[in-house]
Amino acid sequence: MGALVWILHNFWSLLAALVLALVGLRIAWRVHKYGATRAELTYILRRSPFYLVVLTFCFFAAAPFLIMFMHTFKTDGDLYRRPQPFIFRQDPTLEHLDALFNNTAYLDFIRNSVVVGLAVVVITLALSLPAAYALARLTGSWGERAGILMFLVYLVPPTLLFIPMFRIVVLLGLKDDPMSLIVVYPSFTVPFSMWLLSGFFKAVPPELEEAALVDGYNRVEAFLRVVLPLSLPGIISTIVFTFTLTLHEFIYGLVFIADTSQRTLSVGVPTELILGDVYFWQPLLAAALIIAIPVGLAYNLFLDSLVQGFTMGAVKG
Amino acid sequence: MMFRLAYPLDNRRFVGLLFLAPALLYIVLLVGFPFLLAIAFGFSDVTVGNTDLNFVGLRNYLAVWENDIFRQVFETTIRFTLVSQVFILIFANILAIIFTQNFTGKWFARFIFILPWATPVSLAMIGWLWMLDTKYSPIDYLLLQTGFLGPNGVLSNNRNLFWLATPDLSQISVIFVQVWRMTPLATVILMAGLSSIPTDILDQAEVDGARFMRALLQIKLPLILPIMVIALLFSMITMFGDMTVVYVLTRGGPVDYTRVLGLYSFQVGIEGGNLAQGAAISLFAFPLLLALAIFMLRAASRAEVQ
Repeated sequence: MGALVWILHNFWSLLAALVLALVGLRIAWRVHKYGATRAELTYILRRSPFYLVVLTFCFFAAAPFLIMFMHTFKTDGDLYRRPQPFIFRQDPTLEHLDALFNNTAYLDFIRNSVVVGLAVVVITLALSLPAAYALARLTGSWGERAGILMFLVYLVPPTLLFIPMFRIVVLLGLKDDPMSLIVVYPSFTVPFSMWLLSGFFKAVPPELEEAALVDGYNRVEAFLRVVLPLSLPGIISTIVFTFTLTLHEFIYGLVFIADTSQRTLSVGVPTELILGDVYFWQPLLAAALIIAIPVGLAYNLFLDSLVQGFTMGAVKG
Repeated sequence: MMFRLAYPLDNRRFVGLLFLAPALLYIVLLVGFPFLLAIAFGFSDVTVGNTDLNFVGLRNYLAVWENDIFRQVFETTIRFTLVSQVFILIFANILAIIFTQNFTGKWFARFIFILPWATPVSLAMIGWLWMLDTKYSPIDYLLLQTGFLGPNGVLSNNRNLFWLATPDLSQISVIFVQVWRMTPLATVILMAGLSSIPTDILDQAEVDGARFMRALLQIKLPLILPIMVIALLFSMITMFGDMTVVYVLTRGGPVDYTRVLGLYSFQVGIEGGNLAQGAAISLFAFPLLLALAIFMLRAASRAEVQ
């Protein structure tokens, strides 16, 4: 706690020191490696505007998250009375984090989101793994037409469908039940993951399946034993992005579920932590940041894989 | 020895159909059927309380079309979509070029720049709700300290700009936030385009002595033009159908200045209980999206042929 207080009190100086130290270290390393020659110095000078652009973009992207981080630890007095948003006038406190986890339904939201997300991932994989393989390898022209049909689904976004969907959910007796989301979410995760997965399947050399067929496997076995294991990295990244798609979804979650303890993260946090005109700012900002960081890390980890799947999916097979 | 289903499972077409059918069926049931139902709702007088589907002809569509608020909402949605795309395309192009190069600290920079897109929209909007707060906005505080606001301020004599409470600024704020959160998606699509350019073309250009800018303008740009159109299409469709940003930031206010189609449909259909009219409102988006998709896909394939 003592260290955290010190870090927060000196937040901006520490951030600036960190950036400067990293830049300094990098320059020192280059000079150490290549010598302080004229060519090296001009290289560093020529390269610096590039880094300045990167830093500027990073700053704009990160600004709200830095503010979220600082404000999580502010006392009410510090936050509202003669506000100075960039410094701490009173010692940072953990009371709002404590309140978020103990006095709100935040943990319920997390549990609901995880349950819905995992269930949707399972349904999505069961439907889209074989379908994507069919699109990539088995079907000719009519498969391509089916692929275009899948694309058309993007033209019918949730904003167009939530009203009839709401009626259907009510008729099925699934209102206020996360089950409704588990049934409905695959309507957008299946097209997405089919398209991504077919890209990964196209990247598997067809000769390997041909060899498996010659060895006496049938088509289904060749798919299960040869293509699936080889596409595992792609499948994992599809799982990650499918899960986060369900985490992002807002409209269906808002319309189908009115019961606080059944709501998901994206709906629960902005609707339940704001009571009328009363905003619980520190818990709100903390709740957003706690989700943002792991999802951001996951995206960054699997981004190359996503780009690869996208590229292959776009190539006409 | 295992029983072998000799014939059918070796047949390519049969297995293809078998594999594709469940997914197609699910999509038809969960997208096709509700879509038709939405159209049917538009022709009926269904409400949350009265669930009978009585045919009322074009009454809902005509009522919506003649409604001044709807006209304004429709216009606002189109304006937000078009204006934000200009900025998204500019930034995405710059960032895609940056992130397809190697540089020190790339992994961390990419993490930071992806955050706005990775964060669930409604949660990211909470951050912006505070950044743009009427009274406590940190942006206002900076402007106040630097003399742009306050008694002798350049921008305003107030201590605050009221980002989400004045007609012009609220629209600018929403567009800014949309650009902030959607630029990474367009960037990633463009990165896919850039990384799919065969490296031998670029190597050849280097051998030919093409400078960086020339390589960029004459070789890379024409090659990624089709994928740029695709990126634009995706981001326009997402943007056009979005209601989350304005739901959290403004609820459509002040007055109707930031009300977009999706939000209006939600407010009339669900909050107001008039399912029929809500459905009719959102359906006005479809012909526009369809026309847009056909136009842009044609443009993309034409650019690809050249």
